[in-house]
Amino acid sequence: MKQENSCVLEHRLYQGDYRLLKLSAPLIGPLVQPGQFVHVKIPRLEQAVLRRPFSVFKADASGLSILYKTVGKGTAALTTVADGEPVNLIGPLGTGFPTAGNGKTPVLVAGGYGNAALYLQAARLPVKGVAFFGGRTSGDVLCVDEFEALGWEVRIATDDGSLGRKGFVTAALDEWLAEQESGVRSQGAGGGEQNETFQSLELFACGPNAMLRAVGDRALAKGLTAWLSMDRNMACGVGACLTCVIKRKTAGGWEWARCCKDGPVFNAEEILWED
Amino acid sequence: MNKPDLKVRIGSLEMKNPVTVASGTFGYGPEYAGLVDLDRLGAITVKGICTEPHVGNATPRTFETAGGMLNAIGLPGPGAQGFIKKYLPFYEKYSVPLIVNIWGKTVEDYSRVAEIFNDQARIGALEVNVSCPNVKEGGALYGTDVNLFRTVVDAVRVRTQKPLIVKLAPNVADIKVFARAAQECGAEAVSIMNSYPAMAIDIETRRPQLANRTGGLSGPAIKPIAVKLVWEAARAITIPIIGMGGIYTPEDALEFIIAGASAVAVGTASFTDPSSAVRVIEGVEAWMAAKGIGSIAELRGTVQA
Ligand SMILES: Cc1cc2nc3c(=O)[nH]c(=O)nc-3n(C[C@H](O)[C@H](O)[C@H](O)COP(=O)(O)O)c2cc1C
Ligand code: FES
Repeated sequence: MKQENSCVLEHRLYQGDYRLLKLSAPLIGPLVQPGQFVHVKIPRLEQAVLRRPFSVFKADASGLSILYKTVGKGTAALTTVADGEPVNLIGPLGTGFPTAGNGKTPVLVAGGYGNAALYLQAARLPVKGVAFFGGRTSGDVLCVDEFEALGWEVRIATDDGSLGRKGFVTAALDEWLAEQESGVRSQGAGGGEQNETFQSLELFACGPNAMLRAVGDRALAKGLTAWLSMDRNMACGVGACLTCVIKRKTAGGWEWARCCKDGPVFNAEEILWED
Repeated sequence: MNKPDLKVRIGSLEMKNPVTVASGTFGYGPEYAGLVDLDRLGAITVKGICTEPHVGNATPRTFETAGGMLNAIGLPGPGAQGFIKKYLPFYEKYSVPLIVNIWGKTVEDYSRVAEIFNDQARIGALEVNVSCPNVKEGGALYGTDVNLFRTVVDAVRVRTQKPLIVKLAPNVADIKVFARAAQECGAEAVSIMNSYPAMAIDIETRRPQLANRTGGLSGPAIKPIAVKLVWEAARAITIPIIGMGGIYTPEDALEFIIAGASAVAVGTASFTDPSSAVRVIEGVEAWMAAKGIGSIAELRGTVQA
C-alpha cells in the first residue's frame, strides 16, 4: 500500500460512455494484484472529502489504468481531467482474486464493466477458460477482443439481445454449466479440446450485487468454488472506518468483514447475504 | 531561526507536538501504518471501545455531503479484552502515545471499561465519549444532560489514574456548562467536538441516506462551529482543550489553538489524505518558527475577541 502522486498519461472515450484513464504509477503499478483497487482523490472536486475507489483494469511498471463511466459527482468530475494532470492515488488496496487452484479450470463471470476488474486475473491465470460477460445492451459489453486475445473463450448475454444471447449472463452460465455437468465437451478458445471434469471449475466474478449473489448461489448449489468481488460504498479505503462492511459467516454466526481490506474478493461460501 | 517547542501535556501524557488523530477516523492504528509514520504524531486516538464486542449499525453507514460527511457507524468494535489482545501488542514497536476512546451503554459499562484499561501501561490516556450521536443507548444522552454527564465522568474518574479527556457533544445549549462539569469532576482535558447530529435524504426513494436514518456531520463544514465552541469553553476552564472538527491544514489547526485549544485532532481529513496529520504538524511548526513564536502556550488563546 502506497500513496503516490501519479499523472494522467492517457484519458479517452473507450466505448460508448465508458472512459479509459491511464495513470503513471511507478510505485503502485507493479504491486497491483488481480482484483485490487486504487483509491483516487478526484482533482478539482473541492467539496468532496472522500476518495473514490476504482478497480484496476491493467497495471504494470508503465502505469495503471481504470475503466469507468459517469455514475455520480465524482466520476462526472473525473471526466474533466486532462493529460499530464496530477492525480493522487492510494493503492493497491484490498484482497484480490487468488490464483486458480491446482488443476482447476477458471470461469469468469462479469456484469457491465465488472470485467475490467477481471482483466488482470484473466491475463495472469496460467490456464485460460471461458468468460461470461453480460450487459444491458451491446454497448455495455467491453473488452471482448482483449479477453479473446489473452486466449479466453468469451460468451455474451445482453438484456435486450443486441449482442450474444438475450437474457441474463447467469442464464448463459446456467446453460453452459448444465452442459459441462452432463459431460458435453466444449471447444476451448485456443482450439484445443477441453476435457476437464465439472468439479474442476472455479468461478471468478465481478458485477452487480444481484448477479454476484446468483453466481454464488449456483456455485454453492453445485459444490463449486466461486470468488466474488463485492462493491460497497467506501470512505477510508484502508480498513479504518468500518463503512464498507458485509456479513461474513463464522462458526457461531457472522462477523463484519471490510470490503476494502478483507475483500473486495470473498469466497461465496463466506458471504451471508442480506435481503 | 529557533525551532518552536511544540510539546503539550495532558496530565501525565506528554505529546511531542499538539496533533493527534480523531477517534474513529484512524481505526486502531495499524490500518494507516503503511501510509503514515505513526511516531510523527503527537498521539494516536483509537476508535471507541466498550467493555464487550459490539456490532454497530447496519449499512449504509456513511454518506458524503458538501464539505463533509455523515457517519452512523454505531461504534462496532472488539471490546476491551479484544482490543488488548488484538491491537495493544502492535504498539510495542512504536513510541507514539496512545489515547483510547471509551464508551458505554450504561454508567456501569463506562466504569468497567475504564477499570480494565487502567492496568494497561501502554495506554497513555482515556478519552470518554459521552457524545456519540449514533448509539441509542446512553451515547448522546450522557453528553447533553449535565447530571448524567457528571455521573459518567465521576464513575470513570474513580476507576482510573490515567489522564481523562472528556469528549463533549456540540449540540448543547451552553458548552461552558459541560466543560466546567468535566473540570470539576477531575478530568485532565476536554475534547471538542464530536460530529454534529445531522441527516440526508434520497429524494427519489424518500429514504434517509443512512441506515441509522441520522448520523453525525464531520469535515470542513463543521469547522466554524467547532472553533466557536472551543473559544467559548476556553474562557470557562483552565484544563487543556483538544480541538477538532474539519481540521485539514496547518492554518485550521492554528485557528483552533488561537481560539484556545492546547492540542488538535485531525479526523475526516485522514480519509481525504492520510498524510494530513503529518502535514499539519510540519506546517504548524514552520508557521510558528516563521513568526518567532516559541511555544504552543505562547500562542494558545491569543484570539483578540
Ligand atoms: C467515520 C467516523 C467515525 C467516528 N467514530 C468515533 C468514535 O468511535 N468515537 C468518538 O468519540 N468519535 C468518533 N468520531 C468523531 C470524530 O472523532 C470527530 O470528533 C469528528 O469527526 C469531528 O472531526 P473531523 O471533522 O476532523 O472529522 C467519528 C467520526 C467519523 C467521521
Ligand atoms: S472504507 Fe473504511 S473500512 Fe472500508
